[in-house]
Amino acid sequence: MIYPLAGLLRRELALAYRQKAELVQPLIFFVLVISLFPLGVGPGPQMLQKIGPGVIWVAVLLSSLLGMERLFRDDFSDGWLEQMMLSGLPLPLVVLVKVIAHWLTCVLPLLLVSPLLALFLNLSPAMYQALVLGLLLGTPLLSLVGATGVALTLGLQRGGVLLSLLLLPLFVPLLIFATSAVDAAAMQLPYNGQLAIIGALLLLALALSPLATAHALKISQN
Amino acid sequence: MWKWLHPYAKTERAYALCGSLLPWCWGGALLCLAVGLAWGLAFAPADYQQGDSFRIIYLHVPSAILSMGAYSGMAIAAFIGLVWQIRSADMAVSAIAPVGAVVTFVALFTGAAWGKPMWGTWWVWDARLTSELILLFLYLGVIALYQSFEDKQQGAKAAGILALVGVVNLPIIHYSVEWWNTLHQGATITKFGKPSIAPDMLWPLLISIAGLGLLVAALSLYRLQSEMIRREMHRPWVQAMFKAQEGNHHAF
Amino acid sequence: MHWVQNNGIFDDLDQYIKWVQIIPNCCWLCYHPPVFGCAFCFELPINKRLSLSLLSVNNLSCIKRDRILFDELGFVLQPGELLHVQGPNGAGKTSLLRLLVGLSQPQSGEICWQGENIRQIPSQYQRQLCYFGHKLGVNLALSALDNLHFWCQMQGIKADTDLYPLLETLGLVGLEELPAGQLSAGQQRRIALARFWLKSCPLWVLDEPFTALDRQAVQMLKSRMQAHLQEQGIIVMTSHQSLDFPTPVRELHLEYRL
Repeated sequence: MIYPLAGLLRRELALAYRQKAELVQPLIFFVLVISLFPLGVGPGPQMLQKIGPGVIWVAVLLSSLLGMERLFRDDFSDGWLEQMMLSGLPLPLVVLVKVIAHWLTCVLPLLLVSPLLALFLNLSPAMYQALVLGLLLGTPLLSLVGATGVALTLGLQRGGVLLSLLLLPLFVPLLIFATSAVDAAAMQLPYNGQLAIIGALLLLALALSPLATAHALKISQN
Repeated sequence: MWKWLHPYAKTERAYALCGSLLPWCWGGALLCLAVGLAWGLAFAPADYQQGDSFRIIYLHVPSAILSMGAYSGMAIAAFIGLVWQIRSADMAVSAIAPVGAVVTFVALFTGAAWGKPMWGTWWVWDARLTSELILLFLYLGVIALYQSFEDKQQGAKAAGILALVGVVNLPIIHYSVEWWNTLHQGATITKFGKPSIAPDMLWPLLISIAGLGLLVAALSLYRLQSEMIRREMHRPWVQAMFKAQEGNHHAF
Repeated sequence: MHWVQNNGIFDDLDQYIKWVQIIPNCCWLCYHPPVFGCAFCFELPINKRLSLSLLSVNNLSCIKRDRILFDELGFVLQPGELLHVQGPNGAGKTSLLRLLVGLSQPQSGEICWQGENIRQIPSQYQRQLCYFGHKLGVNLALSALDNLHFWCQMQGIKADTDLYPLLETLGLVGLEELPAGQLSAGQQRRIALARFWLKSCPLWVLDEPFTALDRQAVQMLKSRMQAHLQEQGIIVMTSHQSLDFPTPVRELHLEYRL
């Protein structure tokens, strides 16, 4: 069981390496959106620090939606999805491998550029630490829930806008807790409560989302 | 459960069941709404603080409760469709969704209209209003997903999964919004501090909740029936039914 | 469990094994005592008998977008048989094949592999089959070699060294490192067809395998299919071409229904 799943992971990474340009685009979008905010609301450091956490998290949500379709769309259109479903491997595990690969290739770069954003938005080191911890726990949740959304819109011609309509309401709790963790850090308050809740949400998604995604993929084949 | 459900796995049986339930739902809904609303809007005593503007409660509270109720009904239908592969349950998901969305919109609208005299502004990021707004988005997502599929059977199944995902998320969203609200707003709006409601106000409220519930059920069943006919237009049972109806018309 | 449902002789596997032990060389098609001159009456070890693959389809119906494609469809395939599904466009050939491999679920009816419904034993069944569909499952950004390599890994086949001779027979040598998107349609189909050389499994399901292939590739595939039938495999395929196989071919005609 491990050998085929490791093979799948290697394939995803190799593919991501071949399609580097596609991966960079959401990243640039992310940085661009964030650098628009100082232009829109004014460069006052106090103001930026106040809106910073919210801005970063909204930008993370939007840019992760941009790359989300990569998760299954190509596989669906070229038939690899059929081959995966007929490989004898349990589909929820296959989904989990795809999500891990997607997180590594699409979301991890967002985390890596986040120090730059902390500079842009005048975040204090404590806030930055809370932000990164929140991102580490929260972004896998984005990928997991996003996978279900992508699988549901797979049979459709233009699923892009619909996908954000389906997913963004589901991300509300994550947005609330993650930004409040950074806010708490700004006021030098403990924020492990918020992180613990995000972790709990992540575990819940880890248990349920692969099953829901696998079922949605089966429906897409009908 | 399966034994109880099994006879309705066939769409024509489910159709007949809807048909026999519908008159009761319509009748009950009209009766309860007429009594509840007339009592509430005309005869119940006015609130000592809010005067007559509180009477919108007889619309707002039932629609807020029913917006959640319709969503859970939709999720239950989706679950039945998912586990027992019953097609009429899948159809029920797509039949309930627009009704629920309208009820949610009514709840939001009456909430905002109530907010104007109470809070002095149309929209306040109150916890309940906010989670109601997100509930509306969830409904719209289900409807949009169903509408974008050309193959309605596939669309109904996908919408069912989304409804289930939503129902897992709903309590999380609700409590997170409530928590967020207390965090940001402090104790500025505690609404009414929960005064115990006078029985003269309570009874019309309960009756109009029941009435709206029956109305939602009636509308959903009606939509479900037309959905079944639209989806199975070419099946023998639909054709036979239409033939029988045509025969009746000729007889008259 | 019903063992070999179609002839109704045996209710379970134990009964079947007992029977085979009493009459060791009974006919493995119909299980009656050996008849002189019957091609199927010969001694076969018990484990070989059990591994004999058998696909049966009972009372299958498929409805797509409120149109009945086919209903009450039934057939049984014995080892070494090829089923050629024919019919006009839109008759439901592809839908039938997708039902057979378990990608979609039938409206009613069942598909049994060795007497067991394939929905009960999905992963076991999937290991027994190889599917070639309309969508090739060849990623256009990856090279031919990578495509096959990753497919083998997913299937749990360790065939890293064997790939080059195979690519040579398929006429893909020299192209194996290019992204598949740069190859012609026929070459891409050859990559997908290579799976039938890589995975040894009893059931092959092929949807229009000959389109866009040149004459030499068609010939190669046909001879590979014949070899598979000789090894007692089962093939279900659709094609608008006639097959001109020396061995008898079973045909199934689907009609376009309104």
